[in-house]
Amino acid sequence: MLEWRRRREPSRSMLYLSPLIAVVLTMALGTLVFTLMGYDGIRAVHDIFLTPFLEPQRWPDLGVKAAPLIMIALGLAIGFRANVWNIGAEGQYIMGAIAGTGVALLTYEMSGWWILPAMALAGVLGGMAWAAVPALLRVRLQVSEILTSLMLTYVAVQALYYLVRGPWKDPDGFNFPQTRMFTADQTLPVMLEGSLVHLGIPLALLAAALAWLVLEKTVAGYGVKVVGLAPAAARHGGFSADAVTWASLLAGGGLAGLAGLFEAAGPFGQLTPQFPTNYGFTAIIVAFLGRLHPLGIVFGGVILAATYVGGEVAQTTVKLPQAATGMFQALLLFVLLATDVLVKYRIVRRERSA
Amino acid sequence: MNSVILVSIVMTLVAAATPILLAALGELVVEKSGVLNLGVEGMMLCGAVAGFAVAYGTGSTGLGLAAAALAGIATAMVFAVLTLSLTANQVATGLALTIFGIGASSLIGAGFVGRTIERLGPVFPEALAGHPWLRVVFGHDVMVYLSLALVLAVSLFLRRTRPGLILRAVGENDQSAHAIGYPVIGIRYAAIAFGGALAGLGGAYFSLALTPMWADRLTAGRGWIALALVVFAAWRPGRLLLGAYLFGAVMTLELQAKAAGIAWLAPEVLAMAPYLATIVVLTMMSLRRGAGRLDAPACLGKAFTAS
Repeated sequence: MLEWRRRREPSRSMLYLSPLIAVVLTMALGTLVFTLMGYDGIRAVHDIFLTPFLEPQRWPDLGVKAAPLIMIALGLAIGFRANVWNIGAEGQYIMGAIAGTGVALLTYEMSGWWILPAMALAGVLGGMAWAAVPALLRVRLQVSEILTSLMLTYVAVQALYYLVRGPWKDPDGFNFPQTRMFTADQTLPVMLEGSLVHLGIPLALLAAALAWLVLEKTVAGYGVKVVGLAPAAARHGGFSADAVTWASLLAGGGLAGLAGLFEAAGPFGQLTPQFPTNYGFTAIIVAFLGRLHPLGIVFGGVILAATYVGGEVAQTTVKLPQAATGMFQALLLFVLLATDVLVKYRIVRRERSA
Repeated sequence: MNSVILVSIVMTLVAAATPILLAALGELVVEKSGVLNLGVEGMMLCGAVAGFAVAYGTGSTGLGLAAAALAGIATAMVFAVLTLSLTANQVATGLALTIFGIGASSLIGAGFVGRTIERLGPVFPEALAGHPWLRVVFGHDVMVYLSLALVLAVSLFLRRTRPGLILRAVGENDQSAHAIGYPVIGIRYAAIAFGGALAGLGGAYFSLALTPMWADRLTAGRGWIALALVVFAAWRPGRLLLGAYLFGAVMTLELQAKAAGIAWLAPEVLAMAPYLATIVVLTMMSLRRGAGRLDAPACLGKAFTAS
């Protein structure tokens, strides 16, 4: 007989292996589910998970999709480590884009190198402002940041609709609900001729490296960990839980806001009602797949980006609906949480008692 | 204001409140047992699409409701296995459940977009249900009466019965309950199943009664509002009823204002109302209660392993 036995210490090797096991299990499970639904399951999973990596012409797209996911997930991971559950990154992402677009519309007839940095700054501040509300309410009044940050996402979506249909509608846009196209000075420089690869991709990697330095090599990063794992010890050690709550929500909001601005000033080039693409929610999966570790998040971001790129491939090859991508991503998170048991437990052969 | 408008406002209010009341009541029982299931929105969406698919296929809304409850239980069991048996983090698993529900419902529902079915009708005969003002009492569908009966039943169960007491004990102090010999995990499984069934029914209320037509993500965050309502109600069924109808009023106001076409208020601003109201209400609750969450079950959200 086999039985589960709790490990004395979490297994380090399983900590790093289980995300890989989860990816493989999800591929198997996905094949089964899609086959049962009447699609070519093997082909679908192959296209979703492998085609984006096997065909070099899809790599730029992989980077474009991975960049915002990585950036948002980095911010979320800081909070999750400290038990601060900011799940409204989607709202902060939208608000960042709105604030940056505000600057773009103000500077529409100007030119200069300073415009794009000003938009980026506005994006960061917009995201931070949207995250400051849950931070303030949690620190001062113990209101759950889970609910407030999520409610504010719905508010941000409506604010976006209002702006693009109303005051910010392009006056020369044939009444379409969208803003003006950004000018050359307001658009992220393209790094690779003829593709959408923009400055945001190297910046996302830079952000990951910075986050790694802060979280793993500084006292502040240690404080985040202690507050999350042992709140009482943190108090004795002089780490303020309130300060960590503020810092992690502001960092999360700022990074999400910057990611939103990059998306608006990059692939979109304007604001439209189609702007909210759920990156803020998918980034939650990225953060967990990356084990809340900045370098793991880069890996997680690329995997989840592949499901977006590959999901589009599977739409044409096996006629899989677009919604399948979302379900597949959620399946991955379920399996990942289930494989966590391998970190905490080990399987042993039960000795027969005579 | 004439009575015709007043009656129609009350009818809209009750209809808007019922799905939130159902889902929140289920979550209340789950949280009383010490488990925080953030997947309410996901379970509602799974219930909504299962209910619609079965009602569309069989032509029976009754079978649709049964399917919705079963779908809610099935998705809740995924959460239960992960959090109770595999001791996964409840917050993360709940979020996963919501993301899964959004994906699964729009995948299954892709073939149903725009299709319509026959709306869940009133229970009482036309003479009562169609009466100009008696319909305030008799004009509702079966789910409205069921939700009210369930509020009473859950309230009595938690306060007056032995199993209810045991469930609360499990939520307040799981280790002690275990030491006395109560099956903590088993009781939590049962509570989560109940919560799933009610969330499924609440979701199906959207697709079978409110808008008898399939649309993607038709619950629009009401599952999260249900979660907030449980906090607002301080884990008491009676206050949950009050809260749900209060939110029903806010949403009715939104609809009425839209219909009246108030020019200076953009429809998008009105659409923000329920979400902003939730934040305001949560804030006011904390202000009144002072610091600390004294009303919450003591073991809420903590994983249990027998020691």
